[in-house]
Amino acid sequence: MALKEMHPEAVAGIVDRVVSRWRRDPTCMVQILREIQEACDWIPPEAIDRLQATLGVPRTKIEGVAGFYSFFYLQPRGRYRVLFSDNVTDRMQGNMALMERLCGSLWVEPGKVSEDGLVSIDKTSCTGMCDQGPGMLVNNLAITRLSVERIDQIAELIRNEVPLLDWPAEFFAVEDNIRKADILLASSMQPGDALRAARERVPSDGLAASNMRSWREGLPSGLGGPAAMLDEIKRANLRGRGGAGFTTGLKWEACRNAPLKAGQQRFVVCNADEGEPGTFKDRVLLTSYADLVFEGMTVAAYAIGARRGFLYLRGEYRYLLEPLNVVLERRRKDNLLGTNIIGIPGGDFDIEIHLGAGAYVCGEESALIESLEGKRGTPRNRPPFPVTNGYLDQPTIVNNVETFAAAALIALNGGEWYAGIGTKHSAGTKILSVSGDCERPGIYEYPFGVSVRQVLEDCGAKDTQAVQVSGPSGICVAPAEFDRVIGFEDIPTAGAFTIFDNSRDMFEVARNYVHFFQHESCGFCTPCRVGTSLLKNLMDKLHNGCGSPYDFAEIEKLNQLLQSMSHCGLGHTACNPVLDTIEKFRPAYEKHMRQADFEPAFDLDRALAAARQMTGRDDPAAHIIKEEFGEDA
Amino acid sequence: MTQTFTLDGKTVPFEDGQTIMQAATKAGVFIPHLCYHPEFKPHGSCKLCTVKVNGRQTASCTMRAMPGMVVESDTEEINAERRALTQMLFVEGNHFCPSCEKSGNCQLQATAYHLGMMSPHFDHFFPNRAVDASHPEVLLDFNRCILCSLCVRASRDVDGKNVFALSGRGIKTHLIVNAKSGRLGDTDFTLADKAAQVCPVGVILVKRKGFSVPIGERTYDKAPIAATVEGR
Amino acid sequence: MTAKKKLKVATTSLAGCFGCHMSFLDIDERLFTLLEHIEFDRSPLTDIKECSPDCDIGIIEGGLCNAENVHVLREFRKNCKILIAMGACAINGGLPAQRNHLQLTTILEEVYHTSPGLANGMIPNDPELPLPLNKVHPIHEVVKIDYFIPGCPPSGDAIWKVLTDLLAGKEPELGHGLMHYD
Repeated sequence: MALKEMHPEAVAGIVDRVVSRWRRDPTCMVQILREIQEACDWIPPEAIDRLQATLGVPRTKIEGVAGFYSFFYLQPRGRYRVLFSDNVTDRMQGNMALMERLCGSLWVEPGKVSEDGLVSIDKTSCTGMCDQGPGMLVNNLAITRLSVERIDQIAELIRNEVPLLDWPAEFFAVEDNIRKADILLASSMQPGDALRAARERVPSDGLAASNMRSWREGLPSGLGGPAAMLDEIKRANLRGRGGAGFTTGLKWEACRNAPLKAGQQRFVVCNADEGEPGTFKDRVLLTSYADLVFEGMTVAAYAIGARRGFLYLRGEYRYLLEPLNVVLERRRKDNLLGTNIIGIPGGDFDIEIHLGAGAYVCGEESALIESLEGKRGTPRNRPPFPVTNGYLDQPTIVNNVETFAAAALIALNGGEWYAGIGTKHSAGTKILSVSGDCERPGIYEYPFGVSVRQVLEDCGAKDTQAVQVSGPSGICVAPAEFDRVIGFEDIPTAGAFTIFDNSRDMFEVARNYVHFFQHESCGFCTPCRVGTSLLKNLMDKLHNGCGSPYDFAEIEKLNQLLQSMSHCGLGHTACNPVLDTIEKFRPAYEKHMRQADFEPAFDLDRALAAARQMTGRDDPAAHIIKEEFGEDA
Repeated sequence: MTQTFTLDGKTVPFEDGQTIMQAATKAGVFIPHLCYHPEFKPHGSCKLCTVKVNGRQTASCTMRAMPGMVVESDTEEINAERRALTQMLFVEGNHFCPSCEKSGNCQLQATAYHLGMMSPHFDHFFPNRAVDASHPEVLLDFNRCILCSLCVRASRDVDGKNVFALSGRGIKTHLIVNAKSGRLGDTDFTLADKAAQVCPVGVILVKRKGFSVPIGERTYDKAPIAATVEGR
Repeated sequence: MTAKKKLKVATTSLAGCFGCHMSFLDIDERLFTLLEHIEFDRSPLTDIKECSPDCDIGIIEGGLCNAENVHVLREFRKNCKILIAMGACAINGGLPAQRNHLQLTTILEEVYHTSPGLANGMIPNDPELPLPLNKVHPIHEVVKIDYFIPGCPPSGDAIWKVLTDLLAGKEPELGHGLMHYD
């Protein structure tokens, strides 16, 4: 492979530098591997040799971790590693034709490395740029608004081996596209406001607070300001914004009350692994509201008595790493992070950013924690839950980006104020990531209780056939249900709102989502590992015109099995897009079915092609014709 | 004081901290399983041991027993689902029993017999997986790996060697060995390792011993797997 | 099982070794009992070359490795009310499917061109010869199969058990000792 040849000593030098930057800490393995790859373009065996020696971690563990994440390469890839985002919205915007064009002009097959080792081109799961797609990643940096012209320019830049840093800046421009702002996106809160407000809070019974003791010793004081802060969160009726909607106050309280063994502490983790296809609101929050998010994390740390926090940022948002670190640095300088925060003696808290590396399943909180610990992102057996046995087996809260931002607002304005917004069961606002067939894709913040119809009207959607709310693991809403509302009592959502007009084939939408789940299954449990592959094969069979009612029944049976036997939410929800579209858009499936009782999954005649070619035969016996069944026989 | 739960209507006693699987085994009730082994920390990945607890499916090898739980295991519905999982394992790899040395001693095969699996039902994947014969005493046939990770756990937790690990993700998950060459012969693996003895299927095979017990006289020829439960 | 009309049973071996048919004959004198209830249609036992259109049961040994196998299987599916896959090859491709990880082109090259002693070898192209499929497939991947008798081969007792269960109108079941994949 004509990859940039690296001397083993050079590789060792890189590894040593990276390892010492990460404190020689094997729990930072994912970060270490990422930085090694950024320097070497892949993870060469020599790097693993060196890691093994310097960290004392067996090779099997290192390769096991590296092999898990889509963005890590144990085989040489191109110096330019192009990944086309392959969400259904990218498809609708024509990403496949663009990928073919780029492959054609660079003489490389999808999934392969060019012969000169210059470039590799492949697909990847949704990169979170649905409002400005089609999107791609080049060496993990996001490029938006792909067009034929832009693709041709990129081909030229790669061919001329122009360093990525010298590519036109507008390629990498990511717009916020905020279309509708409410309490959160319109907030004028200044850094530190929420923390100061939290410090001033006293329990409703008026007893004096003991903030410092709580924070310093990682112990709940029971009476003081932290407890009062927790009360506000509970009073606000805040529920998790990642989709599941667990009550935030209860989670924080459980973590705060979890006993600590000697040497243990509590942790605050912000889940910014925004991997649900069609969701991109965390991207915007972290781009323009990072202070709000970090402040919310610090408030949480104050409430539960944590001294360390992590932001787990999806690898697709690699470009946000430096700007976010700048914000963290400023907050340290302003005494909003670090020691004795805003003058609270013992008020110690700091935040470290860890990047994911292309694994949707790490959005599941226990898988995320595994990944933070430098392991394969496999969801844990639960119970025990992270609030008692989380990061390094210590009490940990994991909350969504938007949840922390909301917590900051609650700290500032109080729980009652927040509970008064939205509906009875869903307090506050929800940020929706609107994309697909509409005039104004982007970010919309609404108080809970807004109807699907209202959102469609606001974003300029016409002839809408369906809306996929909360991405593939959410629900598919048909026109008859457009008066249903966004909220935990009706349509819960992590924020994706993907619109399909009448020109779209809903079967193909579901098929794209099934491919997504198959690609992202972690492979730990049998039903999800094999079931998602079987489901993908069946959907492809229908797509290829070989489907029969038998396959339809098989799809339904598999869905049942995935739902009942899978290890985690990925498997449980992998069948949602299919079940929903079968129920609501059955004709879209019937169009793809032959009426025979049974059809093979492969083309029998094509299965003879190699033999025909080898023997030079083309007589009738050298073919298998398709059997005709049913009325048109 | 003894605590109990009910398993298919039968009262099963358990001690604090015991899982449903442990308590059931002790009481002589067989729950099908592949990745569970009494000597190792449960993994909960094969899902064969799934039972219904108070109406909800969960893996019995990881679920702690609680007083008064109502557990269903040997029902038509659950066994049908277990059969489907077994069929998935059969089509995912290349399981060709007539040529396998492990036939008759294989837990996957015996479990499939127990569940009445008459066919693999699904379309076969026919993956292309190499065989590793580099070790002087042991053959690795990855075609039969069901990713139970028992060898991983045995090597790590008992042998202290980390000879095996899982790499890859999803349907591409696969077993790797601790050598730059990727070959078992270049590791410190020996026949005396615990990891050499725990493979429930025919991946880790001792060379030159394959047929020392003839077909027809093997573990599950003598008695079905359900009858081999420890508490019986 | 009184003097009802006898059931027509057709059998064939596709990509198999006839071992399952040999095993079928191992039911020995029970064949006479069986013949009180069935008559053989197309089968290597009768040498009838084509299925009658009203067969009740078709028993298939072997998987699908070539075009002719597909034609015969389709003929059986069309003419038999019930199809039974008999033996490992029919059920999972068996021994012939052990070529599935290789490219067919590589196999033909090696068998007819590059193996030692094959000077001027050519790949047979007589239209009489069925062309091989890319991969060997179990028969349930190409037509709907109603019942399966696993084993390589299934024992005569296993075959007897499934057939008598079916004749008795029961769902066939093989208990411990009869159920074998090898």
